[in-house]
Amino acid sequence: MGLRRYLARKTVWYLGALVVAVILNFLLPRLIPGNPVDVIVSQLGRGGLSSEAQQRIYADFTRQFGLDKPMWQQFITYVVAIFHGDLGKSFANYPTPVNSLIGQALPWTLALQIPAILLGWIIGNVLGAVAAYKGGAWDKSVFTTSLVFSSAPYYCLALILLYVGAVVLGAFPVGGAYSLGTSPSMTWGFIADASTFYWLPFMSLLLINVGGQAVGMRSMAIYELGSDYVNYSRSLGIGDRKMTTYIFRNAMLPQITGLALSIGAMIGGALITELVFSYPGMGYLLFNAISSSDYSVIQGVTLIITVAVLVANYLVEVLYGFIDPRIRAAKSGEK
Amino acid sequence: MSSVPQAAVLTQEVEPTPGGGGADKSISANRPSWRNLNFGPRMWVALTIIILIVLLAEVGPFVYPYASTLKVGSLYDEPSAAHLLGTDNFGHDIIAVLMNSTRNSLLNGLLAGTLAVFLGVLIGILAGYVGGWIEELLMGITNIVVAIPSIVVLILISMSLQHTNIGFLKGIGGLAFVIGITSWPWTARAVRAQASSVATREHIDIAKLSGARTPSILIRDVLPYLASYVVMAWVLQLASAILAESTLSMLGLGPSGVDSLGIELHWALAFQSVSTGAWWAFLPPTIILTLISFSLLYLQSSLDEVFNPRLRRGKKKNLAAAAARRAETARKLAEQNEKVEVLS
Repeated sequence: MGLRRYLARKTVWYLGALVVAVILNFLLPRLIPGNPVDVIVSQLGRGGLSSEAQQRIYADFTRQFGLDKPMWQQFITYVVAIFHGDLGKSFANYPTPVNSLIGQALPWTLALQIPAILLGWIIGNVLGAVAAYKGGAWDKSVFTTSLVFSSAPYYCLALILLYVGAVVLGAFPVGGAYSLGTSPSMTWGFIADASTFYWLPFMSLLLINVGGQAVGMRSMAIYELGSDYVNYSRSLGIGDRKMTTYIFRNAMLPQITGLALSIGAMIGGALITELVFSYPGMGYLLFNAISSSDYSVIQGVTLIITVAVLVANYLVEVLYGFIDPRIRAAKSGEK
Repeated sequence: MSSVPQAAVLTQEVEPTPGGGGADKSISANRPSWRNLNFGPRMWVALTIIILIVLLAEVGPFVYPYASTLKVGSLYDEPSAAHLLGTDNFGHDIIAVLMNSTRNSLLNGLLAGTLAVFLGVLIGILAGYVGGWIEELLMGITNIVVAIPSIVVLILISMSLQHTNIGFLKGIGGLAFVIGITSWPWTARAVRAQASSVATREHIDIAKLSGARTPSILIRDVLPYLASYVVMAWVLQLASAILAESTLSMLGLGPSGVDSLGIELHWALAFQSVSTGAWWAFLPPTIILTLISFSLLYLQSSLDEVFNPRLRRGKKKNLAAAAARRAETARKLAEQNEKVEVLS
């Protein structure tokens, strides 16, 4: 009973957040004076079209984007299109659909982020737990290093790695994701080429993740090590080995949540890293869209970031409802 | 009202304390109360870095001979005796630009962080103390705003701001305003949880019985109990606002017509300073940003240790010092007792 109410509540909140996010996503770019058709027409204008032809094209595009209709009708069209999985057409690269631009960018971001997050999570947790358990010099060195890595802005580390690795040492290519003249394909040659470009951005994300996870795990484990149940079990004479499993389980719960949340946030989590390395993922796409005022691409990227975060957070909350009995108890009023 | 404790602190400060070397042995009652706070070495490291950066930003421009808008060279001139860190892509002196940028970034952090904490505390304290439908409403809004990633809202709003004709909104003030109104929800949540626990304490009942109005109860009887949390939240919000500004600026959504650390990095990337090896263009803002972020987070974690003694891990030196102090007090007490006995 308690669980069902908890789930219903969470569902309502997240649906509410989704609605608000979609409204913001629709409304804010439309508050900008001038309209997106100007962008397209001004780009066509550079090709030397006559003003009459421009006028015709302008009217044509206005009708095509539905900008002559009232706002609420535009909103309905927008929502219906989103539910059909259609994010519209790019203004700057008209008539390329936003879907295909994102389809090209997303795999690069995922390829960079998923291994960095998973590996960083594993290494960071092990380091943090060992630091908390061993204490002393080991703890001090791990903690300080992790704190530096986790508190430095992620793009600062990226900049320094790029400069040292690619410019000073010359061991890695300076930017991009693959050599000029090759095009993405699933051949060994291409993968080998792309992997030389992969290491620097990957390492910059990995180090940040390791640092953040180690700091979190260390403080969780220290907290658990000093808690009452540990002292009690110790006084009962339960061995260290058995105790570690208890502590581990309790300290893991927030860490697993953290993992799920960072997987949700990964698309928007490394925007600037891609910018620094000119890596053709979502961040780079967003940057180019901003500099060319390509609102439909910007809206598409922000919508995907939002949906990924909302879905991940929602799943975490649902999972918590199932695995953590305290939540059910608290919500249904029985302490 | 508050003049009494202040006066007390002042008189205590005026009292001479025994020489620096023997400070550990002195009895704690002789020292001003703030000196009993257990500031660890971390706090001093963090504070020193912060003060140095603030000095660089606030005093630097008055001392340094070049203005940040003065064109003194060409694209990426190498460091020289006249310009220790060379010039940027516009031919401006890097040190001058750096000082001005740091100043603007700190200003942005201060404005945005303070606004975020103000909103968060206001909403959290109202929701937590008043309860009822106000709590439901405010926490409803908070839950929704928390769920939407703030970078998305920041991107969308600052994109719209770039096209407004209002000068204020395009500059640092506008950006700080946007960052402030998007980053309060975490603070509001935490403050609400604490405020609703404070609301059930007995001193609140006494305040109510003596006829205090709600605003006065909130400020005098609830807020002081949250003060330690608010200070820590403020430090965190400062750091995250400064980072949010630089992220937005690097994406090309920064304030227009002003220097900031993010804008500096934006231009450094746009003009390929990294691949051409012009380290003086991008390393200084990178290092300053890292130092700001690191020192603020370090300050926050050491403040946490000051406020929550449980987080401190055994520092044997301090424990020994405390034991020595206690022994000293006990000895004096015993002496006094002896005297009293002798007198009687």
